[in-house]
Amino acid sequence: MDKNYRLQFTLNGRPTEAMIDPSARLLDVLREDFGLTGTKEGCGKGECGACTVFMDGKAVDSCLVMAIQAQGHNIITIEGMAAEGRLDSVQEMLLQEGSVQCGYCIPGMVMSARALLNRNPDPTLDEVKYAMSGNLCRCTGYHKIFKAVLRAAKIEREAKGNNGHQR
Amino acid sequence: MSSSECAIRQFDIVGDSVLRPDAPSKLTGQARYVNDLSFPGMLHAAVTRSTMAKAKIKRIDTSRAKAMPGVHAVLTWEDVPSDNCIPLVSCDLPLLAKDQVDYYGEGIALVAAETVEQAQAAARAVVVEYEELSPVLTIEEGFAQEWFLTQFHLDEDGVDEEFANPDNLITEDTYITGYQEHAYLETNGALVMPDNYGGYIAFSSMQCPFYVQKGVAHILSVDYQKVRAVQTVTGGGFGGKEDAPSTPACMAAVLCYHTQRPVKLILSREEDFDSMSKRHPSKVVFKSAVDRKTGLIKAVDVLHLINCGAYLTLSSIVMWRGFLHAVGPYKVPCARVHSYGVGTNTVPNGAFRGFGQPQVCFVDETHWNQVAEKLRIDPLEFRRRNMLHVGDTTVNGQYLEESVGLEQILDKVEAEIEYDKWKDRPQDTGRYRQGVGISLAYYGVSLGANGGALNNGSCNVVIAADGSVVIGVGTVEMGQGMITVLSQIAAETLKCPLDRINFISAETGMVPEGGPTVASRTTMITGRAVVEACANLRRRLDEFQGERCLEWNELVRACWVAGVQLSEAGWVVAPKCHFDAKTGKGSSYPVYTWCANAAKVTVDTYTGEVHLDKFVSGNEVGKVINPSLCEGQAQGGALQGIGYTLYEDMQIRNGRILNNNLSTYIIPTAMDVPDIVPVFAEEPYSWGPYGAKGFGETPMVPAAPAISQAVYKAIGVRFTELPLTPEKVWKALHTGENHG
Repeated sequence: MDKNYRLQFTLNGRPTEAMIDPSARLLDVLREDFGLTGTKEGCGKGECGACTVFMDGKAVDSCLVMAIQAQGHNIITIEGMAAEGRLDSVQEMLLQEGSVQCGYCIPGMVMSARALLNRNPDPTLDEVKYAMSGNLCRCTGYHKIFKAVLRAAKIEREAKGNNGHQR
Repeated sequence: MSSSECAIRQFDIVGDSVLRPDAPSKLTGQARYVNDLSFPGMLHAAVTRSTMAKAKIKRIDTSRAKAMPGVHAVLTWEDVPSDNCIPLVSCDLPLLAKDQVDYYGEGIALVAAETVEQAQAAARAVVVEYEELSPVLTIEEGFAQEWFLTQFHLDEDGVDEEFANPDNLITEDTYITGYQEHAYLETNGALVMPDNYGGYIAFSSMQCPFYVQKGVAHILSVDYQKVRAVQTVTGGGFGGKEDAPSTPACMAAVLCYHTQRPVKLILSREEDFDSMSKRHPSKVVFKSAVDRKTGLIKAVDVLHLINCGAYLTLSSIVMWRGFLHAVGPYKVPCARVHSYGVGTNTVPNGAFRGFGQPQVCFVDETHWNQVAEKLRIDPLEFRRRNMLHVGDTTVNGQYLEESVGLEQILDKVEAEIEYDKWKDRPQDTGRYRQGVGISLAYYGVSLGANGGALNNGSCNVVIAADGSVVIGVGTVEMGQGMITVLSQIAAETLKCPLDRINFISAETGMVPEGGPTVASRTTMITGRAVVEACANLRRRLDEFQGERCLEWNELVRACWVAGVQLSEAGWVVAPKCHFDAKTGKGSSYPVYTWCANAAKVTVDTYTGEVHLDKFVSGNEVGKVINPSLCEGQAQGGALQGIGYTLYEDMQIRNGRILNNNLSTYIIPTAMDVPDIVPVFAEEPYSWGPYGAKGFGETPMVPAAPAISQAVYKAIGVRFTELPLTPEKVWKALHTGENHG
């Protein structure tokens, strides 16, 4: 349980280095060693998705990833999502649609939705449901979350269209 | 601007879907939940728990645990500086087991260590020697042994005569409902630390700061105001953070008392399942007498049993609500209702959205569908003949003076699900079969006659010289939208821009005891306190303003310069209610919320799966303060009700929960949610703030009977037991059994 492993990785866009416990989960290292408490633990079993982060652009459950597996990789957490204080369009639409209640699932929801839109800018409702099915929410009934993700996708497509890049 | 223009200026913020001020910090990960806090010198706690449902404790040996690295304290009941009891309705729940354990998961020893891992290792190293005793595990065993923790009775004259009258149709059946886990995404937890004045600060994920304050003060034998209970951002409650948080907070407090260090205790998901409260399982025998000619209900006779677990905690008030709502929102001229809270050697059950009502609603609505069918009347027609209106009296003798919107909401829901197309449709054949069902419910808002002083409301409103406003209340934001709704009420009443309103997290030192965040009472009662405070402030501002017409910031600035008091405390006593336990009668609640739900299902007869095609959540809530938030409550509550009906199946063997994680206890995912259509009707309540009543719980209450009726219409099997898992549906289809 000694912090005797040197972890070097990219964290929210910055090259980062720290001595960590080699038996620690990525979730614990993010929260405790780096103070990035936006990533939440809901079950510790990879079931609820509250701990979702990006690893090289893919959404992963950070409770199921050992911190040493992040060696040399690129990790983005919820704290890395609102660049220069501006909400990502997924975050902005979750706000506008009134999708947030207790908020505990929300960082994970943001990451999973962002991962979906990065690989599929024009998802159907069923594709949104499938992509979000690893993120449990007990408050909202999911409807307003689906609506926000679809709206964010639309806004991003329109913004791209305006820049002359047709889908 | 002339003064007349000034006078007609309207803000009209109430009724608008304004955005939640607490959402941005939750969206960026900045919101601090209790596990996100840490302080210098902080220790982490872990708990040694019972591995038996019932046993004598012969010996507790903490010596090995105490010697382990990083360990600062290992404590047992002997170290608790009081009577070792947590005060809830009574003071029966021990913090730590003394010479006997009464349920699996009961706390026995507490550890504080420098890391979570060290604390958990030491907790495992505590040796407990047991002598196993024979536990009471089921509601039937507890009832047979007459282990009753609480009871209520309504026993009117004339019931037996109605059952003997040959003009009446007599129907009797037995109904069973299972457990439900809250499954809030954030588990229970607390952080307690010494303050600078010989007292304690208790940070907690909670619904009821004053419960935690009293709990910690009692367990440490200190004055209430030596404890500041401070609410951290709360990751879901649903009732599971009403009574339950007092236990982890008291555990952390005892460790803090002995170490004089900040101590944080966060329950693992498994510990939370094992040791925290749940929805009471129930067994109800329901018998009715209904006039064959008119279809009017003449009498009911109900035996209502709930499984309390090993200690009372809140069961008496949960059962009271079930007792009062047991027959549904109908005119019942005479009734016998016997309610018993049965003890078992299982984890104590407590508050959960609906608070004893989803169980009895499943029972009464299923029963009335059976009766309507025997009478050859459509179930909605049966309901229309018997339902409550203004001027009627409830089964427990409450005269309904105003704000009864049951028929209005039923009309809307009936139209939304296109009931006409479905009601006389012949039953489907083939693999996939469809059906539609509708259910009704009512919900007495707030704690009512059993709440006493807990049902009051408080707030403190302070305006700063720049016109910004801060409001403190004793109830909490737990995701339901309290801050948004109270901000709207405050801005509307103060006639100030909404963005000038700020909230601080609930904490006990800030306001007089303003009651718990429960019973759908916050909008109505805390909201009324906010109206009172803000109206007084506005009156003061208007008096100062006179004939002038200053814009908000100028007006406040001028008042501040002139020394006008810019703060006000709001205090309301809830409308008087009364209940006579001897007769089981009274005007138990100030007002009721009225609901109708509709479900359209497709049953796969090959697999037994029930697929929901559409769900309508209809609610008459008085004035809708924020439509978007109400939709969120309706959709979330309905999905929790859908989970209760179809998926959530807690497996208990020998008093131990087998599926104690979200990977084995299945709550609805994004793939399971049907189209949920929220529908509202508004019958304003004269006492409520801008006519509002309470809402949060009602969407949960009538979901199950709407779905089970739709399943009945689809496949012709009437279920009298929840949940309707595919296994049960399949078995019923192939064997005709409907009890799983």
